[in-house]
Amino acid sequence: MGLLSDPNRRKALTGLLTRLNTPICIVCYLAGIVWFMGLAFEPFTLRTYMSENAMGSTMVEERFSSGERALSLAKEFDPPSACCGLNGMPVEWLVKAMQSRGLEVFTQSFSRKLPFPDENKERYMVRGTNVYGILRAPRAPRTEALVITAPCSPGNTNNQAVALLLALAQYFRNQIYWAKDIIFLVNEHDLIGTQAWLEGYHHTNITGMEYSPLQGRAGSIQAALSLELSSDVITSLDLVLEGLNGQLPNLDLANLFYAFCQKLGVLCTIQGKLQRNDWDTAEGYTHAAQTMMLMVLKQACGRSWGDHGLFLRYHIEAASVRGINSFRHYKTDATTIGRLLEGMVRKLNNLLERLHQSYFFYLLPSLSRFVSIGYYMPAFGLLAVILLLRALDLWVHLGAPALAAVDGVTEPSSPGVLTVLTPVVISHLTGVALYLLPVHLQEMAVEHFPVSETEAVVLTAIAIYTAGLALPHNTQRLLSGEGTEQGWKVLKLTALLYLAVLLGCTALINFSLGFILAVTLVPITASITPHMPKALYAVVMVLLSPAFTILYCVFIYQELIEAPVSVSEGWMLFLSVISQGILDHALYGSLVYPLLALFIYPCWLMFWNILFWN
Amino acid sequence: MAAPLTLLLIVAVTIRAVLFRSSWAELISERVEVVSPLNAWKRVVEGLALLDLGVSPYSGDVFHETPFMIYLFHFVVDYAEIVFMVSPGLVFCLSRFLTSLYLFRKQKYALESDRYPADCLELLRSPKEMFYIPLKVAMFYLLNPFTILSCVAKSTCGLNNAIIALFILCTLKGSALLSGILLALATYQSIYPLTLFAPALLFFLQRLYIPVNLRRSSFWFFTLQYAFIYVGSLVVITGLSFFLLGSWDFIPSVYGFIFSVPDLTPNIGLFWYFFAEMFEHFRLFFICVFQINVFFYTIPLSIKLKEHPVFLIFMQIAIISIFKSYPTVGDVALYMAFLPAWSHLYRFLRNIFLVSCVLLACSALFPVLWHLWIYAGSANSNFYYAITLLFNFGQILLVSDYFYAYLRREHHLTHGLYLKKKDGTEATLVLK
Repeated sequence: MGLLSDPNRRKALTGLLTRLNTPICIVCYLAGIVWFMGLAFEPFTLRTYMSENAMGSTMVEERFSSGERALSLAKEFDPPSACCGLNGMPVEWLVKAMQSRGLEVFTQSFSRKLPFPDENKERYMVRGTNVYGILRAPRAPRTEALVITAPCSPGNTNNQAVALLLALAQYFRNQIYWAKDIIFLVNEHDLIGTQAWLEGYHHTNITGMEYSPLQGRAGSIQAALSLELSSDVITSLDLVLEGLNGQLPNLDLANLFYAFCQKLGVLCTIQGKLQRNDWDTAEGYTHAAQTMMLMVLKQACGRSWGDHGLFLRYHIEAASVRGINSFRHYKTDATTIGRLLEGMVRKLNNLLERLHQSYFFYLLPSLSRFVSIGYYMPAFGLLAVILLLRALDLWVHLGAPALAAVDGVTEPSSPGVLTVLTPVVISHLTGVALYLLPVHLQEMAVEHFPVSETEAVVLTAIAIYTAGLALPHNTQRLLSGEGTEQGWKVLKLTALLYLAVLLGCTALINFSLGFILAVTLVPITASITPHMPKALYAVVMVLLSPAFTILYCVFIYQELIEAPVSVSEGWMLFLSVISQGILDHALYGSLVYPLLALFIYPCWLMFWNILFWN
Repeated sequence: MAAPLTLLLIVAVTIRAVLFRSSWAELISERVEVVSPLNAWKRVVEGLALLDLGVSPYSGDVFHETPFMIYLFHFVVDYAEIVFMVSPGLVFCLSRFLTSLYLFRKQKYALESDRYPADCLELLRSPKEMFYIPLKVAMFYLLNPFTILSCVAKSTCGLNNAIIALFILCTLKGSALLSGILLALATYQSIYPLTLFAPALLFFLQRLYIPVNLRRSSFWFFTLQYAFIYVGSLVVITGLSFFLLGSWDFIPSVYGFIFSVPDLTPNIGLFWYFFAEMFEHFRLFFICVFQINVFFYTIPLSIKLKEHPVFLIFMQIAIISIFKSYPTVGDVALYMAFLPAWSHLYRFLRNIFLVSCVLLACSALFPVLWHLWIYAGSANSNFYYAITLLFNFGQILLVSDYFYAYLRREHHLTHGLYLKKKDGTEATLVLK
C-alpha cells in the first residue's frame, strides 16, 4: 500500500504517467495489436486436449453401416418429388418415416411475421412445421436428452442430412446402450424453426413467436449436434461453433469432433480451412492467422452461424457439422459421416454431467490448437488501458476542481453540469432514434420513396446515423453557449471512462466484438481534442466510426473467405449485413445492433462533439 | 433552497414511478445485487400469505423480516409502492440535519477563524458552501442509481435506511430519548446498527460538554442514562414482537439468520463464496472471524474520532455496509449520501479517481458476469466473486481515503496548512 499512501511516490508515478502519456499509449496500442496477431503463432498457443473424463478414456466402436440406404432415402426425399418445393417440408412423409423407424413422433407448427422482408432468404410471413421424433432411452430414467437436428428449408437442399438422420435413427433404435433420450429434429425455415422448437421445449417466449405447444418432451437437453450436408459430394466436414452473441460451446465438443475425424480419417476443417503443419513458415503462420481472423469476425457479428447457435442460449452445448465440397481428390461417404455422428453421440451419451470441464472462452487458429481467455484478454487489456491512461492524464490536468463521477452521479461542480449533460443526453437520444426509427418508419418511407421495405429500413438507419453527425454539437451550442476549456475536458473524461466500461463489458461477453471496436475506436478517442485541424480529423473520425468498421469487416471477411468483392458489391453486402443485424435482433435477440445503436454510437458521438467544441 | 429541493423530489419520484410501471421492475427485483434474502419483497409477500393463513410466517425458511415489518406491511400491503416511495423521502430528512449543522457552524465560523492559524482559513467551509450541502445530500441519495434500484425492487432495505437516517437526525437535534428509541429500532431491524451506539453517545457527551473521562461521575451518569433508554426500548420492542406473534420464532429466524449466514446466494458481500467453499467444521470459527469485522473497528475508531462523532457515524455505517452478511446496493447508497457532507475533505483525497473508476466498472460488471455465469454458463462463480472483491476493495479504499483526509485536515487545522520541515523545505504528511 506504499504506493497508495506515500504522496512522494504517488506524485512521481502520476508525473511519469502524465509526462510519458502519449508514448506509453502508442506502445500499448502497438503491443495490443502485436499480441493479438501473435496469438495465431503456433508456439504461443496450446494444443487442445479432452478434459472431460467421461468422454476421454472410454472406447467406442462405430458400427453404423447403412450409409448407402441413407443415400437412396435421400433420393426419395428429393425436392422435386417430396420435399422443399413450394409446399414446404413433406411433413406427412417425415412423420411416417420416423414412425416406421420406431420413434415417438410429434409435430409443432409455428408462424412468425418478420418486422420487414428478409431479402437474402426471401421471406416475410413465415409459416412452418417442425417434426421431431424421440428415441426413448432404454437404460436410464429419461431425465436427460441429446438432440440431432437437420434443417430442412425451401431452397436449401439438405435432404442428405435428413436421410442420414433417419438412417441413424433406425440404427440407434436397435442399440441398447442409450442412457439419454435422443431427439431427432427436422426443422423448417432453419433458425426460425429452431427458435420456435427451443422456445416450445423450454416454455419460454422471448421473441414474440407464435407456435403450438410441444406434445412430447424428453429430459433436459445436454448437447445438440446440427447436421448440414448441402452438396451431393462431400469432401470434408466443417465444424461451426460461433453462436448467438458470440457465444461458443464448450471446447470439449470441438475436441470430440476432432478426435473422431482423426480416428475415421475424415478431412476436417474449421472456417473452411484445413490445418497446416508448417507453422514455422510465413505461409503457415498466415494461414493460422487467417483462420483465427475469420473466427473473430464471425464471432464479432454476433449472429448464429448455424442451428446450433440458438441452443447455446439455453445452456446446451451445441455445434454444427457442415459437409463441404471444396477439396478435390477426397470423398467422404455417408457411412463415414454416419459413423462419426454415431461415435460423437455415443460419447455424449456417456456424459455424467453437462460439459463444463474445458474452456468456454477460446479462439481457434486451427482445430488442434486453441487460445484461451488468459492469453487473448491481455491484447484487449492493452488497448483498454490506453483509455484509462488518457482519463488519468485528463484528471490530473483538471486538477482540484474536477468532477467526481462517483457511481455515475455527476456532481454539479464548476464547469456546470449542463455543459456535460447536454451532449450526453442528446447523443443517447440520437442512439435511441437509430434503434427505434428504422423499423417503425418503414411504412412511411415506402410511401414516399421508391424503395422496398428492406431498403427503407437500412437507408433510414444510415440516414439517422449521418444526421446524428450534424445534430449534437449544434444543439449543445444552442443550449449552453460557448464551451469552455474545462468543459470539453470533463466531457472527454466522462466519455473515456464510459467507453472503457462499455468495451470492457462487451469484451467479456463477446471478445471479438470488443476487440474490433477497441482497435478502431481507441486511437481516435484517445487523441481527440478541439484544437486539431477540424476537417482532417473529422474525416479520420468518420473513417473510424462504428459504421465504417462494419464496412471494413465486410471487405476483410470477403477477402479471407477468398471471395473478394468489388466496391459496389461490397456496398450491397454492407447494406444486407445491416438488415441482417436488425433482423437477427428482432428474430433471435442478438444484441449487437442494440449495443451499437444505443451505446457505442452515442459514445462515439460524444467524442465527435468534443472535436467541434467551441 | 426550497425550490430546487422540490424539483429534486419531483424528479426522484417520477423516475421511481416510471420504473415501477415499466417491465424493468420485475427484472430489478430479481437481481441479487439489489435484494438479499433478508429484504426481498417476494419473501415479504410470502410471509404475509403465511400470516393470513394463520401460520407462523417463520415456519418456512423463506421469511426473515422482523415481526414489526410484517405487521406494518400487513396493513399497508396495498400501498406498498407508496411506502417504498416515502422511505427514501424519509432519508430526505437526513439532509435537513445538515441544515441545522449549517446554522450551528455559521456561528462557530466567526469564533473558529480567530482560533486557527491564518493560512487555514481556506480549509474552513464558508457558510455559502454549507448552504448547498443539504441539497447535495438529498441529490446523492435520491438520484443515486443504487437507491433507485433498491426502491424499485421494493427492497425493505430502504425502510431500514430511513430508520437509521431518522436516528441520525434525532441525534443531531439533540434528543437523547428519541435517538435511543430509534437506535433500538434500527438494531432490532438488522442488529448491526448496534455499533452506532458509540458515536451517538459521544455526540451527546460533546453536546452536553461532558468530558470523556472514566473517573467522572457525570460521564457515567449520562452513559448509563443513554444505555438505559437504548436497552429499555430494545427490550420493549422485542417484547412487543413476542406479544404480536405469540412465539420467539423470530429470534433464530431473523438474528440467527443474520449471524450464522445459512443462505449462500451470491451477493455483493464477502460471505457467500467463502462459506460455500468452507469445510463444515471450520464454519463456526470463520463466522466469528467474519462477523467480528463489523464490531471490531468500533473501538479504535471511537478512540481516534472521539472529538468527531458525526464523522464516526459515517465511518460506522460504511463499515456495516461493507462487512455485513447480506449487503445490498441500498446499504452502499446510504453511506454514499454522506459524501457531499465531507466535500471540504475533497482536496485531501488521494484515490478518488481510482475509487470512482473501480466502483463504476464493478457496477457495470456485476450484471455482465452474472449473465455469463448463470445464463450463458460460460463463466463461473470465481468471475463474479472477483468483481465482488474488487467492489469491496473500492469501498474500503474510499472509506479509508476519507478517514485519512479527515485526519489530515485536522492536523492542518492545528499545525497550519503549509508545513515546513526543520530545515525549511516543504514537508509532506505520510500516513504510516
